[in-house]
Amino acid sequence: MIKEFRLPDLGEGLTESEIVAWKVGVGDTVTLNQIIAEVETAKAVVELPSPFAGVVTALHEQPGTVVEVGKPIVSFEIEGDDGGADGGPESSAKREPNLVGYGAVLEGSGRPARRARTFAAAPAPAAAPAPAVEPAVAPEPAPAPQPAPVSEAAPAPEDTRPAERPRSTPPVRKLAKDLGVDLAAVTGTGERGLITRDDVRNFVGGGDLPVAPQELAGVQPGAPAGAAAPAERETRTPIKGVRKFTATAMVSSAFTAPHVTEFLTLDVTPTMELLARLKASRSFAGYKLTPLTLVSKAVLIALRSHPTLNARWDEANQEIVQFNYVNLGIAAATPRGLTVPNIKDADRMSLLELSTALTELTDTARAGKTAPADLSGGTISITNIGVFGIDAGTPILNPGEAAILAVGAVRKMPWEHQDEVALRQVMTLSLSFDHRLVDGEQGSRFLQDLGAILADPGMALAMV
Amino acid sequence: MFTDDAGKGGMAAGGPGNSADSNRRSGGDLVQLITPGGERVSHPEFDTWVQDISDEQLASLYEDMAVIRRIDAEATALQRQGELALWPPLLGQEASQIGSVRALRDDDFVFPSYRDNGVAYCRGVKPSDIVKAWRGNALAGWDPYTVNVATQQIIIGAQSLHATGYAMGIQNDGADSVAVAYFGDGATSEGDVNEAMVFAASFQAPVVFFCQNNHWAISEPVRLQSHIQIADRASGFGIPSMRVDGNDVLAVMAATRIALDRARRGGGPSFIEAVTYRMGPHTTADDPTRYRDANELEDWAAKDPISRLKALLERKGLLTEELEAAVAAKADAVAKELRAGTINMPGPQPLDIFKHVYSTPNSWLDRQEDHYTRYLASFGDPAGAASEEGAR
Repeated sequence: MIKEFRLPDLGEGLTESEIVAWKVGVGDTVTLNQIIAEVETAKAVVELPSPFAGVVTALHEQPGTVVEVGKPIVSFEIEGDDGGADGGPESSAKREPNLVGYGAVLEGSGRPARRARTFAAAPAPAAAPAPAVEPAVAPEPAPAPQPAPVSEAAPAPEDTRPAERPRSTPPVRKLAKDLGVDLAAVTGTGERGLITRDDVRNFVGGGDLPVAPQELAGVQPGAPAGAAAPAERETRTPIKGVRKFTATAMVSSAFTAPHVTEFLTLDVTPTMELLARLKASRSFAGYKLTPLTLVSKAVLIALRSHPTLNARWDEANQEIVQFNYVNLGIAAATPRGLTVPNIKDADRMSLLELSTALTELTDTARAGKTAPADLSGGTISITNIGVFGIDAGTPILNPGEAAILAVGAVRKMPWEHQDEVALRQVMTLSLSFDHRLVDGEQGSRFLQDLGAILADPGMALAMV
Repeated sequence: MFTDDAGKGGMAAGGPGNSADSNRRSGGDLVQLITPGGERVSHPEFDTWVQDISDEQLASLYEDMAVIRRIDAEATALQRQGELALWPPLLGQEASQIGSVRALRDDDFVFPSYRDNGVAYCRGVKPSDIVKAWRGNALAGWDPYTVNVATQQIIIGAQSLHATGYAMGIQNDGADSVAVAYFGDGATSEGDVNEAMVFAASFQAPVVFFCQNNHWAISEPVRLQSHIQIADRASGFGIPSMRVDGNDVLAVMAATRIALDRARRGGGPSFIEAVTYRMGPHTTADDPTRYRDANELEDWAAKDPISRLKALLERKGLLTEELEAAVAAKADAVAKELRAGTINMPGPQPLDIFKHVYSTPNSWLDRQEDHYTRYLASFGDPAGAASEEGAR
């Protein structure tokens, strides 16, 4: 007789495994517990011992395929019909072969099916498997609901408010399932609409005229339901352009690069004092200097000692690309949405050149005239949320970059200064980085150095 | 001298604990009576505790070790074949389990961990009962009082508290039996084990803490768990400890007998560190190649507990063809019994959940059972009810 061996759950709660290699071929005679295959689960590579002694008649899956738990993978021709007494395979074949463990056979997605909580979206009773029971529902709309009282009208055609599943009890649900009855089509006569055993029986006997659930859902029959024009209550805009690009980039970044965000709040009064002195100095006359200019410069200085943050994870080539230059991206709000143009070779610029480049970049971006070349090739980015008066956030990486810094607002706050509480200018830095290539230590040390410069710009002398 | 992990051996040797009297000794040097090559080496103190072991007993220790290795292999295969949900292999720890359990009296009470399946076998648990819980057919496979072995504890180290409590009960009874807690190296980092040692020392309870240091707490190496020998942790509680070669069945047996004797004579708790090695995965759901070096496994394979005893038997001229055939036949028979018992094991019934909760009738539970019985009856067909329940 032929026996099938179905893939078991090889490690607490696995749903599938990959066949790595077969150790036997069709026609081979195998003994009990002889290793027949090597399979890889999400947890381990394991060897499968044969559950039978016999001759291999078929290998159902090729090496390299991922097989769901419970699927037959190999068949054997077994001598005779040796029953269970000596542990023969007979008894096991009668049962679900993978009853042991958590790995129930799943359908479809391989995820446990959730019981639907709505019956508005459930299949119509016509989909019930037993044709004899199929309710004779006329396809035309049921007696049109009275022009709905406003309170009952669904607010919009898309609305599929979750409706509770039909009220019943497990034994009745079991009965309905056995009879092929969709409880959504049965009217309950029990307490508070509870569907009873008799309701199900009567339904099968044709004693009840079901109401199609679609009608129950209360979709407006096209009647002008209310005074309010729906268009004013919501606006639908096609997703395109910068919004679409931004969305794609953010989704791809957020779900490919494992983000870690760290925060550092610090006293930047010395930097703000330096900024004031620079603005007053003759050499910077006519240039636009902002806290962002100094933060950008500080980032460029700190990056020298922490080049791993100026890198890219190249998944396709399985390489880490270390950039030996810095194209500094600056997130800019433009009329069309968010863009992140970058300043090429920002690391080679003097503070003067950097401030010019920053001014040009933001002006161009706001005018919506950024050239495509300026939008690509960035190696690290800064987003200035401080201009909106925001302190901190968890920025999402510009795709392909390893780090992004959110610069918070500079606020006067009571702060420890020389062992006393003083009113100081305080800022929060939020640094997100790609944990695939930047470890917590590297990210933290970079942020620490950056903070050291901003807390005492003189520290920059020690770093360049 | 046999050393297990370089750099650790020297730390305990000659330490301050060694100068204390034998009742307060620290783990100290690793005690070994059989070398990996199968040579019987003498030890002034431990030898006296295994003098009585006859050739026949030596052969029977060998048989037990071979049989539990076979049980382990068969259960591992049954898991791979979908007949068990999980199995924690004991491969490599046979001498630790057999050497200790064979030193016990029937009225001693064992509190095992999930890996001590060889201990359960030797206390008389049926092979198919050993795997009952691993198949998910019962919450526990056997009645603890028929074999004086508690149900296997999954919670790491929790059984050490149970053992200590039981030992305090023995004191109250005025009996001379002993409670034995089996656990691993990782468990010694758990609060439960530490609390158990505090209580055992405070009450001088007749309990033996038997630690199988198999070097890995799942994927965590023992050197990360403890910067001193595991055995030396006991001295912090004022509990005398011994450190023995856990792959040497005689050394383990001698140490266990010393500890049992001390407990029976009112000497209080003891701690034994049996230095052994988990040659397999933590469980069948684990892949040790991801975290440990293959060379390490090779080193320990050379110290295998069964081949060591086999070599000793051979030196003594005891390894006859008859013995080997008898051991193989016994292992085959037990493996066959295990397989048949597993595959033909009846599934649990819905009302079984109410059994073994209380030892005496309980009105609350009786009421729940009554409700549940009537609920099941409302399906009209008991088989259908069971399938509906099973689908949950």
